[in-house]
Amino acid sequence: MIATRDAYGEALAELGGENDKIVALDADLSGSTKTAVFAKKFPNRFFNMGIAEANMVGTAAGLAAVGKIPFLSTFAIFAAGRGWEQIRQSVAYPKANVKIVATHGGVTVGEDGGSHQSVEDVAIMRAIPNMTVIVPADGEETKGAIRAAAAYKGPVYVRLGRNKVPSVFPAGHKFEIGKGVVVVPGTDLTFITTGLMTAAAVTAAEKLKAEGISARVLHIGTVKPLDKELVLQAAQETGAIVTAEEHSVVGGLGGAVAEFLGETCPTLMKRVGIHDRFGTSGKSDELLKYFGLNAETLIEEAREIVSRKK
Amino acid sequence: MKEKIADLEEKARRLRVAIVKTLHKSQSGHTGGSLSAIDMVCALYFHKMRHNPADPAWEGRDRFVLSKGHAAPALYVALAECGYFPAEDLMMLRRLGSHLQGHPDSKGTPGVDVCTGSLGQGLSMANGMALGLKLDGKENRVYAVLGDGELQEGQVWEAAMAAAHYKSDNLCALIDSNGLQIDGDVSKVMNVSSISDKFRAFGWNVIDIDGHDMGQIIAALDQAEAHKGAPTAIVAKTVKGKGVHLFENKASYHGVTPNDDELPEALRCLGCCD
Repeated sequence: MIATRDAYGEALAELGGENDKIVALDADLSGSTKTAVFAKKFPNRFFNMGIAEANMVGTAAGLAAVGKIPFLSTFAIFAAGRGWEQIRQSVAYPKANVKIVATHGGVTVGEDGGSHQSVEDVAIMRAIPNMTVIVPADGEETKGAIRAAAAYKGPVYVRLGRNKVPSVFPAGHKFEIGKGVVVVPGTDLTFITTGLMTAAAVTAAEKLKAEGISARVLHIGTVKPLDKELVLQAAQETGAIVTAEEHSVVGGLGGAVAEFLGETCPTLMKRVGIHDRFGTSGKSDELLKYFGLNAETLIEEAREIVSRKK
Repeated sequence: MKEKIADLEEKARRLRVAIVKTLHKSQSGHTGGSLSAIDMVCALYFHKMRHNPADPAWEGRDRFVLSKGHAAPALYVALAECGYFPAEDLMMLRRLGSHLQGHPDSKGTPGVDVCTGSLGQGLSMANGMALGLKLDGKENRVYAVLGDGELQEGQVWEAAMAAAHYKSDNLCALIDSNGLQIDGDVSKVMNVSSISDKFRAFGWNVIDIDGHDMGQIIAALDQAEAHKGAPTAIVAKTVKGKGVHLFENKASYHGVTPNDDELPEALRCLGCCD
């Protein structure tokens, strides 16, 4: 178990040693976002911009304009929220080579409450042209995603969490932007998942097996661009889809899958996520249960959708 | 020097003519703020900045950010005059298929480094470029032209704070202070004065000038370059619509272009007979 933000800190510091064009920016949260690891190693290439996210985004765009590869970090709510228009105008519109790595996404921020729980950032970023949106499942995939983001030329939004999450991928797992991964094979339905919900889906698939239900788990690390090939294959081969994300069911992975399948291969679907409401204070595990973001909900939804198939 | 100034004044006059003709042709765009900023843009492109129209991406160039992106015609006529693209392109301003969008677009226009137009974002990008250039040990300078109304955006002051904090002395902001914005007087819509005091309070080197006096503009740019340890703000008092009495000091000419009846008089004011 490792938090994706910890993996980010490590990966960024490692990359910094390989490529001196990489610079990092933070808005007074470097200890939490883990850019402090990079800052300690490369103080000249780290810019703490203070509590001023809009300016941080613009500064990163300027650094990119002179050939740097800026990674900017803050909590997801402030990156995608406070910085939306700057990300749109100064970063995505000119296709600036800026990497936005937002930590503390979703409800697992916990006790800080609804104001700090970013449940719509993926939808916001996905709606911006030119933007690539990545939500890693675990630490290993995060490392690959950060490496891929650095190598990719253009704007990228990577959404990470606060808490330690179970491992889904083995060490050395290769991440490719835009490619989904079938983590568990199956024939009766497919869980299409992202972020920490992939681990929950793996657990759910194991339990369903005992009941005689064969569930496929398709992990989507890149919400945009969506791996249409694997999603279509899942729809055609299993005939039932349950999406799951630690995010609003509006506009995130569930929305992306529904939009795509609605036009190509209308399929029985359920979307597990946060149903158009704000978060609330609580411990992160309590909140995951409260919002039904766990294997139990996935099992229920799987049973239901398989029964509807017949 | 006197001769140089006279040359630049003549150049600015010709660029004003080009702005009026371009905006008359497009019948869409911003007249007042383009004419108020053009003397400074002219001094930068034809005197101060190192740049190479034959190689727009030349690494040794100084950078320019038109933060008040609606004054795009002022930038476009200067770029065309430099030879970044043919002058005929100006006649396609704001048209479908043209590389000259209503606001500067780095993806399409040779010589444009950053996209601007959403007010308040340019100084952040300019400071980002300044920080990056310094990191590489380069001597290149970054110039940003901002409007006074634009200073109402909070991000400008976030950027001002950061530029002073990081001692970006390769950064120079030029404030085109024409005193008018869409809804009227800047002082009445949302008073930003004193602009100079504000930048000074944020730790900037501040120079006040008449933004239509070419000698003062050049002297200020030289002083800015010589000043070490802090960024410089050149606060330039200007006249919206400067050079054409029909448009001067009229907020209504913020986003209005010369019509067929006004064109001959506007060109006459600018000493243009063709």
